Amino acid sequence: MTSIQLGLIDYVILAIYFVFVLGIGWALKRYMKTSTDFFLSGRSIPAWITGLAFISANLGAQEVIGMGASGAKYGIATSHFYWVGAIPAMVFVGIFMMPFYYGSRARSVPEYLKLRFDEKTRGFNAISFATMTVFSSGVSMYAMGLLLGTLLGWGFNFSVMVSAFIVLIYIFLGGLTSAIYNEVLQFFLIVLGFLPLVFLGLKDAGGWAGLQQRLAMMATAQGYAPGTWTESWRFMTTPAANPMGVEWFGMVMGLGFVLSFGYWCTDFLVVQRAMAANSMSAARRTPLIAALPKMFFPFLVILPGMIAIALTYHSGVSGFALPKKMDGTFNYDLAIPMMLGHYFPSGMLGLGLTALMASFMSGMAGNVTAFNTVWTYDIYQSYIRPGRSDQHYLWMGRMATIFGIAISLAAAYVAAKFNNIMDLLQLVFAFVNAPLFATFLLGMFWRRATGHGAFSGLLLGTGAAALHHGLTTPLGSATLIKGGWLGTVLHSYPSEMAQNFWTAIFAWTICFLVTILISLATRQNRPDEELKGLVYSLTPRSKEGNLPWHKRPAMLGLLVLGMTLLLNIIFW
Amino acid sequence: MGLDIRLPIGLMFAIAGALLAAYGLVSDPAIYQRSLGLNINLWWGAVMLIFGLTMLMLARRAHRAGRR
Repeated sequence: MTSIQLGLIDYVILAIYFVFVLGIGWALKRYMKTSTDFFLSGRSIPAWITGLAFISANLGAQEVIGMGASGAKYGIATSHFYWVGAIPAMVFVGIFMMPFYYGSRARSVPEYLKLRFDEKTRGFNAISFATMTVFSSGVSMYAMGLLLGTLLGWGFNFSVMVSAFIVLIYIFLGGLTSAIYNEVLQFFLIVLGFLPLVFLGLKDAGGWAGLQQRLAMMATAQGYAPGTWTESWRFMTTPAANPMGVEWFGMVMGLGFVLSFGYWCTDFLVVQRAMAANSMSAARRTPLIAALPKMFFPFLVILPGMIAIALTYHSGVSGFALPKKMDGTFNYDLAIPMMLGHYFPSGMLGLGLTALMASFMSGMAGNVTAFNTVWTYDIYQSYIRPGRSDQHYLWMGRMATIFGIAISLAAAYVAAKFNNIMDLLQLVFAFVNAPLFATFLLGMFWRRATGHGAFSGLLLGTGAAALHHGLTTPLGSATLIKGGWLGTVLHSYPSEMAQNFWTAIFAWTICFLVTILISLATRQNRPDEELKGLVYSLTPRSKEGNLPWHKRPAMLGLLVLGMTLLLNIIFW
Repeated sequence: MGLDIRLPIGLMFAIAGALLAAYGLVSDPAIYQRSLGLNINLWWGAVMLIFGLTMLMLARRAHRAGRR
């Protein structure tokens, strides 16, 4: 693989970025007086900042690299992850769920579960979430180290260590505020760093019309209809008609309803940003403000992938082509990085790589701040050392930042050695995550749901995910990690993605039904008084009639949904 | 919290933008073959500079309004 040569100017731009992220951490150090300052930014951040941090924390390198790769592999249908998945879920969490997260004064998502249900449900969620967070941070660290290491010739160790160290310093100093402020900076950097890439790529491919034409020729050559890569819904009728191998029902239910709502509505990594907002209305607006730029992200991260694959098959003026792997298949993950190296001259190249680094750091910081909070409040303060002074927990948060990053680093090195272990871990986490949204939905909207019900629902839902995965396979795959490890295979899905979506659907349904059944069979030992502010029917509606329309969550939500619908129709 | 984030963001983009634009003026035009003949450093540097200055202006305005 060709490596990219960096000039002095590129390193200067990277250095300027490093100085600023560290400087922000340093400037915020003196405001970190209590644990609330460190873990929740003292609930003092305006909505536009928490909103941008909300998307930025999710915009890790894996998102940028992965979405680019999917854009190349599946075309514009990848935008379903945004226009069916993320956006509706973000509107839902802002309008319907945030009143309970923010209003309950819970300091974390697991703590909400404790207030609403019981200790064991919180414990299960806290421990699985904390483990999951450090390990996924390790996995993305590994991916980034590999990429920068080979691309720039920096070496795996150097790339991983430098970025981990910088994130460590700025969070150690300034806590969540530092992470959030830097996420806003990283957001602008990612947008401004990748936008010219899209422009140049599109210009090379002959504009949208030229891109469509190239992708149509490529699609027909592979036996698909001409518009498969450029029309997002038309080929969703059967799995065989699109390269994703999914049909609309599995996609809408599995990706849209279960997986996306599960992630955006219950994952503390994103919810924590909204909890740091300075008022209830700001907390509710956080995901809605985030949704506005988020809906245009397909043009920033998916489009380059589509351009890359189109130019590979039918070359443009400049002769860009995707590199291949050892086994002769395309290395899709390199779509965006290789385009950076191809189109950007020295100078812009530095900016592009800084944007890539920024996306990596924002994702990692999101994981680290979520981890140190859940660790300190939900595990350390709850089970290990309760009743200490606030200063003690502030100190613990700083320590958790250090060892959280240390474990992630260790995980990155394990991943470098044994790739399968990481795949396995991610699989297990997917099982734990899939049913979660059912628990929150019932917890927030059905006052009869009990702690025993929630806990058994989660447990059996996770079990159902594992069982479904063990009994099915994606077509043409033999490895155990892809499924079918229980020996008998009851069903073969057309693709791995279809299998994932259906695993999630099964897990969610089982969790939903079991929670209802067990709740009805057990006694609700919480009086209505205790559930006030935690359950929809027992919480007084907040009055926002005196706010201007653009500050009212419901109006904002409608606007976001309308615009998303329009995007779906345009790229139908 | 004490720090207006628009300040560091504005400052960073203004500096990086000015630097890129300046580099665009002095660099060898041959390197812009890659970017399809467009002096992308100069143009995008200017865009970033304007973005950075706008952020700085907003921060300054908010600071003044806050003091009054």
